[in-house]
Amino acid sequence: MVKREADSGKVFTRRAFIMAGLQLAGLGVLGTRLAWLQIAQGGRYKTLSDKNRINVRLLPPSRGQIVDRFGVPLAVNVQNYRVLVVPEQTEDLEQSLHHLQEYITVDDKTIARVLREAKRTQKFLPIKIRDDLEWEEVARVEVNLPDLPGMMIDSGSIRNYPYGEATAHIVGYVGAASEKEVGTDPLLTLPGFKIGKSGIEKTFDLALRGKAGAAEVEVNVIGREVRELGRRDAVEGRRVTLTIDGEIQRYAQEILAREKSASCVVMDAHTGAVYAMASHPSFDPNLFVRGMPSDVYQELLANEGIPLTNKAIAGQYPPGSTFKMVTGLAALAAGAIDRNTSVFCPGYFDYGGNKFHCWKHGGHGRVNLRSALMGSCDTYFYKISLDTGIDKIAAMARKLGLGELLDFELNEERPGLIPDRAWKKGKLGEVWHNGETVVNAIGQGYMLATPLQLAVMTARIVNGGKAVKPTLAGFVGALGRVQDNPASLDIPERHLSLVMEGMNDVVNNLRGTAYGSRIKEPGMEMAGKTGTAQVRRITKEQRAQGVKNEDLPWKQRHHALFVGYAPVDNPKYVCCVVVEHGVGGSSAAAPLAKDLLLKTQMRNPAATLMQPEKGADENIVMPGFKPLVLDRGE
Amino acid sequence: MSRIALRADKSLWYKILHMNWGLVFLICCVTGVGIAALYSAAGGSFSPWAERQLLRFGVGLAGMLVIALIDIKIWYKLAWPIYFLGLAMLVLVEIKGHIGMGAQRWINLGFVQLQPSELMKIAVVLALARHFHGASPEDVRRIPFLVIPAIVILAPVALVLLQPDLGTALMIIMAGAGMVFTVGAPAWLFIAGIAGTAAIIPIAWQFMHDYQKQRVMTFLDPESDPLGAGYHITQSKIALGSGGLEGKGFLQGTQSHLNFLPEKQTDFIFTLWAEEWGLLGGLALLGLFALLFLYGLVIGYRCRHNFGRYLAMGISINFSLYVFINIAMVMGLIPVVGAPLPMVSYGGTSMLAALIGFGLMMSCHTYRHSKVTR
Repeated sequence: MVKREADSGKVFTRRAFIMAGLQLAGLGVLGTRLAWLQIAQGGRYKTLSDKNRINVRLLPPSRGQIVDRFGVPLAVNVQNYRVLVVPEQTEDLEQSLHHLQEYITVDDKTIARVLREAKRTQKFLPIKIRDDLEWEEVARVEVNLPDLPGMMIDSGSIRNYPYGEATAHIVGYVGAASEKEVGTDPLLTLPGFKIGKSGIEKTFDLALRGKAGAAEVEVNVIGREVRELGRRDAVEGRRVTLTIDGEIQRYAQEILAREKSASCVVMDAHTGAVYAMASHPSFDPNLFVRGMPSDVYQELLANEGIPLTNKAIAGQYPPGSTFKMVTGLAALAAGAIDRNTSVFCPGYFDYGGNKFHCWKHGGHGRVNLRSALMGSCDTYFYKISLDTGIDKIAAMARKLGLGELLDFELNEERPGLIPDRAWKKGKLGEVWHNGETVVNAIGQGYMLATPLQLAVMTARIVNGGKAVKPTLAGFVGALGRVQDNPASLDIPERHLSLVMEGMNDVVNNLRGTAYGSRIKEPGMEMAGKTGTAQVRRITKEQRAQGVKNEDLPWKQRHHALFVGYAPVDNPKYVCCVVVEHGVGGSSAAAPLAKDLLLKTQMRNPAATLMQPEKGADENIVMPGFKPLVLDRGE
Repeated sequence: MSRIALRADKSLWYKILHMNWGLVFLICCVTGVGIAALYSAAGGSFSPWAERQLLRFGVGLAGMLVIALIDIKIWYKLAWPIYFLGLAMLVLVEIKGHIGMGAQRWINLGFVQLQPSELMKIAVVLALARHFHGASPEDVRRIPFLVIPAIVILAPVALVLLQPDLGTALMIIMAGAGMVFTVGAPAWLFIAGIAGTAAIIPIAWQFMHDYQKQRVMTFLDPESDPLGAGYHITQSKIALGSGGLEGKGFLQGTQSHLNFLPEKQTDFIFTLWAEEWGLLGGLALLGLFALLFLYGLVIGYRCRHNFGRYLAMGISINFSLYVFINIAMVMGLIPVVGAPLPMVSYGGTSMLAALIGFGLMMSCHTYRHSKVTR
């Protein structure tokens, strides 16, 4: 035992010495190599180290324009000068910043921010001090640069929205990428690089963004660029051509401002091209790009008219009487009525021991579908809805584009709600009552629709029953997106024209609910339907006391709606106006619709075809950045 | 006999007092170099690297001292369990790696991201020391007796290759082979092994990943691709060479600070050190490493039991391989394999692995007179 241990000890000792020798020899090799590199070759490497070195710099692409159908810019890039500082190149960053204050205005908050950022990032990375310098300020800094070590003027571009508030909800705005959005894309980390945050800017962000380029540059010891060795230019982002007519859009925004809170859509009846879509109140998208003062932002958040929301697609309202066309078409399709079926309206409808009131106290007398639409007789639709049934009414509503998302280009879009028996069973676990059919048949109860959906509904009625879809982006680069031949919905022509006769009477018959808003210009006459949607039930006491709706607090007043089309005999344009708590469809919404449809027909945007971007291929979805492949110049 | 027993039963205080404090001092010196270099790498700032490295070292040092105080017999008993636990963890990352993306080599334990392959290197040394503990010189010279060591080495190598991590696989093979050699296996085996390796290199080439081939090609001719993979080596050599005899001075390394040096805080930390402190600083660091290696050998040599001898020896071999590979890589002597410089580079697992190793080495020292029976 002892001998064995001793034996193995001897072998171990010998081998351990060999091992130690190897280890030390290894270190000797390393030491020799180090000496060779640092002493023998030291001179050569010292020269190399002092000489210029090669660096690769990312070239950000310029963002594609967003233009209206005539090519008028709605979102552009404008030159912007900013002052940057490289902390490493200053002796005392804080002192340098105070020094800068002598030349241009820099508030103390900014200085605190720069100092905070300097602590977080690496010292050789430039930090933005101020954006949006005036020419005079640029000059003052440039002239005094020798006095301001580490500072530099950088010119970049900044997104600008010339139409401001008028296009804020559709065009959207850009902003710096959040940490989550950055991911592994180095392009997004460049100071000042912005991506789409809302609206079209967000939906088509990748196409608008373009492709980053790269430049290989020689820099000297202190990191200054000496010359460029090669470059691959950035590819500009694609241009997005909207179907919008900037003039109609601006006009729409202006006239909506007559009300406290309203939204509207003007659309092509045959192609679904949206010519204007406005929501009032709005906001200035340029503030989001350049920096929003916090008091302005607080005000936007507090405003009852929800300015940051596009109510034309995100506002869901009971459609009220604008829904009566759907009920009428469903009843016609079900064979429950024909054009002569008449109902006597005494001003109310008795069903199951309940009294359902017509809006007109004295009643409409004997009415058929056409005259019921003209006078917006509730009793008529109460009656025929019972003969048709909620499921058939809901099916017709969905056919006409209600209750479902329309794949619109803005992701704020909401689906609305079209109830039926299955929905109520699934959602509330209760059985549908016929009393609910009566209420929902006039667009109250559970029913909800967005202004965009109501415009689509109108378009599908007046274009001969074609399943048109709304479109906002006519071209992305050279890729056309407007639908030219929508499928048929299989609704008999005579049903549609009967309903349209009723809509014509609403506006152009002396007894129609919107007669006061008729268009008198020959050949431009409009037709339509008013709607007044209850926000809350009218109590018996209020009815008895005859409380006027306009005397209630704003939030409790009725919504005013109008859907319309023009010209009457050859429908080209449809429109929908919703005035939140505007009390009456004929008094608040119809006049706005009249102005809109008149303006639209005067400009006649449908006559001008949109142009694809020249030289752009149809490959529109581009990844932000690909590994470097450089064309190296000699 | 009774003397040994007495020694082994000394009080805890006695054990602490008689720990190998010289080794602890050397470890602190090497880590100090690392902290200084990391402070410089961050442009003269403790954040983000130096402070965290210091914190990890504090925790790791405490762990090392605890390991050092645990009786060597316990480590002897735990040798195989630790080895199999290491293997299980390697299998686990392999499974996780398949679910995740790419070469995922670590397990997230919540407080630390553990790279099982790092710990596996120590586990292999433990298992080999355990296996050879009771072997006679005759045993070691018999080829059948060497089958188990071969399996002990090659099982983790196979798993690491699956990750795929060629560098670590080669290091486990080399460290294992070094241990088997030290224990006394026939020398012709190793000569044959080296010759065989030379013969299969062309075959291995076929199975290498493109990035690995690229690294070897670039190593052979770095100037061929000065903007690509050769960039690292070229820049590193320029940084080192421009340091000269006395260096550019603390915090003055232009190459490293202008970001020409990639991964200056991890794999290329030696470059930064030698650029700023010159040949004198570089040799001083190499000298510290030489002392650390020799400490391991001396501790092994003074051990009364084979287990401790082999363990201390194996850890010393492992550590020296690490140091050699990293420094040779940054000086352009071998291809870029992506190995950190232990105790100096920024990184938790490699420091943890090194400190565990030194802890075991110190346990060998503290319990050098213990009687370890089979």
